[in-house]
Order: sequence, then C-alpha cells, then structure tokens
Amino acid sequence: MDFLNPATWADALKMKAERPDAVPIAGGTDVMVELNFHRRRPPALLDLTRIGELSTWDLDGDTLRLGAGVSYARIMAELGEQLPGLAMAARTVGSPQIRNRGTVGGNLGSASPAGDAHPPLLAAGARVELASVRGTRLVPVDEFFTGPKRSVLAPDELIAAVLVRPAAGPEQFSKIGTRNAMVIAVSSFALALHPDRRAVGTGIGSAAPTPRRAAEAELFAAGQLPWDTLGALDPDVVRRFGELVAAAAAPIDDVRGTAAYRRHALAVMARRTLTWAWRDLCG
Amino acid sequence: MRVTCTVNGVDRTADDVWEGESLLYVLRERLGLPGSKNACEQGECGSCTVYLDGTAVCACLVAAGQAAGRDVRTVEGLAPEGGLDPVQRAFLQAGAVQCGFCTPGLIVSVHDLLAHNPQPTDPEIREALAGNLCRCTGYEKIMDAVRLAAADGAGAA
Ligand SMILES: Cc1cc2nc3c(=O)[nH]c(=O)nc-3n(C[C@H](O)[C@H](O)[C@H](O)COP(=O)(O)OP(=O)(O)OC[C@H]3O[C@@H](n4cnc5c(N)ncnc54)[C@H](O)[C@@H]3O)c2cc1C
Ligand code: FES
Ligand code: FES
Repeated sequence: MDFLNPATWADALKMKAERPDAVPIAGGTDVMVELNFHRRRPPALLDLTRIGELSTWDLDGDTLRLGAGVSYARIMAELGEQLPGLAMAARTVGSPQIRNRGTVGGNLGSASPAGDAHPPLLAAGARVELASVRGTRLVPVDEFFTGPKRSVLAPDELIAAVLVRPAAGPEQFSKIGTRNAMVIAVSSFALALHPDRRAVGTGIGSAAPTPRRAAEAELFAAGQLPWDTLGALDPDVVRRFGELVAAAAAPIDDVRGTAAYRRHALAVMARRTLTWAWRDLCG
Repeated sequence: MRVTCTVNGVDRTADDVWEGESLLYVLRERLGLPGSKNACEQGECGSCTVYLDGTAVCACLVAAGQAAGRDVRTVEGLAPEGGLDPVQRAFLQAGAVQCGFCTPGLIVSVHDLLAHNPQPTDPEIREALAGNLCRCTGYEKIMDAVRLAAADGAGAA
C-alpha cells in the first residue's frame, strides 16, 4: 500500500488523477474502521489532512463555502449561527473524539443513507463542489447520492467543499436512536424555513436507499403556512405535512428498526420540527 | 514506511510501519507505549484516546502517516516521570478504577474536558465522556473522580 500525502490541493488532484484507486482519508473515522477490520485493502491512501484550505470556511456574498475537511466540532463551535441545522446534526455525531476528527467531506464521501450531515444539507439546498484536474463542478446535494453508499463522485474527483446559503430562517434537526451519543440514526429529519422565499426545505435520513428530500411536503407547507400573519399553525396542516414526509420515505426493516416504525417516527419528527421552527420564526 | 512524530515531547521514529496501520498500533507495538488501550479499533470505546496536536482523538482511527510530524500526547505524558496528573490522582482517590482498561482513555478525555471547562456540570461531564465506555464501574465513581479533579483545580493546572 502507498501512503500519499499531498501538501496542496493541486497536488492532491494530480495524485487522484494518476491514482484513481487511491482512497482519500480525512478524519479517518470511516476509512480506518474498514482498514482495522480488513474490510478494505486499497492500493493507496491519499491523506487530505495536510491541505490547510480544505479545513477552512468563508463567506462570499450570500454563499458560505464550507471546506470538506472542517470537523463537526468546529461546525458546532463556529457555525451555529449560519448553519444551525448542520450544527445541530453535528452535535449528534458519535462522541467528542469522533466529532473532533470526522468531517462533512467524509460523510459525503461515505454517502451512507444514515449520514447525519445529509438531511440538513438537503433542507438548506446545499451544493457539493467536486474537483479534479479536469475542472470543478457543482452538484446539488439532492443529486449527489445515487444509492446506498454511492454517489456521483468520479474516480478522479475529490470533494472540495459544500456551498450553502447561511440560514435565512429557523432550521431544525431531529434524530431517532437508542442513546443520545454514539448512535447511527434509526431515522432522522431536517427542516429549514426560508421566510425570504416563503419556501420550506426538508431532508430525510436513514429511511430510503439515499438521503432524500420530501418535495411534495415542502410544496404543501410552503403553500399552507401563514407567512403573512405569522399566526398559529393549523393542526391539520401540521398533520398533513407529517404524512407527506412519511410518504416520501422508502424505508426498510433492519436491525435498527422496522420500515413501519421509521415512517411513524418520520411523521412525528416532521410535525415536531415544523412546530419548533415555526415557533422560532414567530419569536 | 518510516513515521516520525513528537510523542510526549520527544521526537520518536518508527520503522517498517504498514501504510494502513493506526497511530494506536504504532504507539503500542512500535514505540513501547502501551498506556493507550486497544479494545474496539472502531472508535466506539475511547480507550485509545490521545491528544493529536492538542485535540482529543481516537488513536485507532488515525492513520500512522497522518500523525507524521505532528505532536502526540498520550496518558504516559500527562505528568512528569514518576508523578501523577491531578486527574490521575482523583481517579485513584475516588476509586474510579476497577479493571483499569478504560482508565487511560478516560484520563485523557477528562484532562481535555477540564482544560476547556474547569468546572463542568454533571450533564457536561456525561456529554464529554459519551465516547468512553467502562464495563466495570457503572460510571458513578468516574463522575466522582471528575468532580474531585475539578474541585482540586485540575483544569487550571
Ligand atoms: C464511533 C463512530 C461513531 C460515528 N457516529 C456517526 C454519527 O453519529 N453520524 C454520522 O453521520 N456518522 C457517524 N460516524 C461515521 C463517520 O464519523 C462520518 O461518516 C464522518 O463524517 C466521516 O468523516 P471522516 O472525515 O472521518 O471520513 P473518512 O473516514 O476520512 O472518509 C470517509 C469516506 O469519504 C471519502 N472522503 C473523505 N474526504 C473526502 C474528500 N474530500 N473527497 C472525496 N472523498 C473523501 C473517503 O475516501 C472515505 O470513502 C461514526 C463513526 C464512528 C467510528
Ligand atoms: S480502541 Fe479506539 S476507540 Fe476503542
Ligand atoms: S474499570 Fe474496567 S472497563 Fe472501566
């Protein structure tokens, strides 16, 4: 096995082009588990932790560019205002040690349907910046995932960053698991209210082959919420929103939960997050 | 490959390191520092917790090459040779050690917690130690030890 340790992004892209079989490693919290348990024996590792720019974020106009290598711990500490949904999700990841190392780039790279960064990125309408020596492309995050642990990432590409508009309204994240720490979601749900556009964003985790939006639920809520009056939520609207979110999922039975339970939990999480977010919006 | 890094303030070099090897393996098997324990090798138990450039991480999830040129501090390096860090002393005083397998990782995690938050509340302690499993103590004595270390001003040290 080779250990490639580029010092610059340009070097990293060049190495990935020359060695498409090299496995990128950032926080290592997914890659090292596979290596330690001999589930994977790649011909090369491509260490991304020496590329300083990958672990920075900055605001350019109304777009926040979050480097793929920013850890969950830093998202919690530094981005709670701008990306509240993602920061909430980050707080539920693993343990302090995992959050100190694990990155959003790694979460996207693994493309697990249960990855906790995905629902808030879907709800916020984020785009993923993919780069290779051929150039750079932006992929809406709802087009990034193609199947369980599969994505549109090409063999010569690396994930550079996530581009997202800082929240213009309240965001919420909810996750079901057996414990408050160290838990892979049984299912999860993220919600974003975009009062400036009178739109609603959603993200469903761990209840379909990929993380996905609940598009019909988004349109329904956007059309029914009392944006003008900021009045009380109609219980029928809240209930219907929950039903539409549950209907958008395609869950399976597995060791963590049944499909029926996941649908039920999604409807509950959808109702709760909408209620919380609306309360936040109305102050 | 050869990996050189600073461990507990001393430059150390390990040879014949396999590229897919973990920092934990390098520390225990190549550098003779068995303080950090290997229990799960999947980030679940925290018994391998060390500082990497001042950040608490699971050594089992750091690739050896990622530690090259970096600063590693293990449980062996928290106090000068022969001495005990206030957190270590508090664990002994509170009876927070039974089989001891979880202890080195917990000591580093508590050391890190108190460095950032010298007077943590009980929920903050539980949250900070959520990644460290203990099969023996039931955690109550560990909570006692953290409160004791905080009262003794361990974080300020
Ligand atoms: C104990 C434990 C608890 C966990 N708990 C959670 C949890 O609660 N929620 C959750 O979502 N996840 C959890 N995880 C999984 C893991 O921590 C996350 O998926 C994390 O985001 C991975 O990030 P990383 O930087 O460590 O990725 P790595 O392990 O370094 O990489 C993961 C994958 O992404 C690829 N990759 C990494 N960076 C890039 C890049 N820039 N470009 C292209 N490909 C890249 C790698 O090749 C690999 O395939 C847990 C893991 C452990 C060990
Ligand atoms: S051995 Fe590293 S976390 Fe368990
Ligand atoms: S004292 Fe035995 S595992 Fe904690």
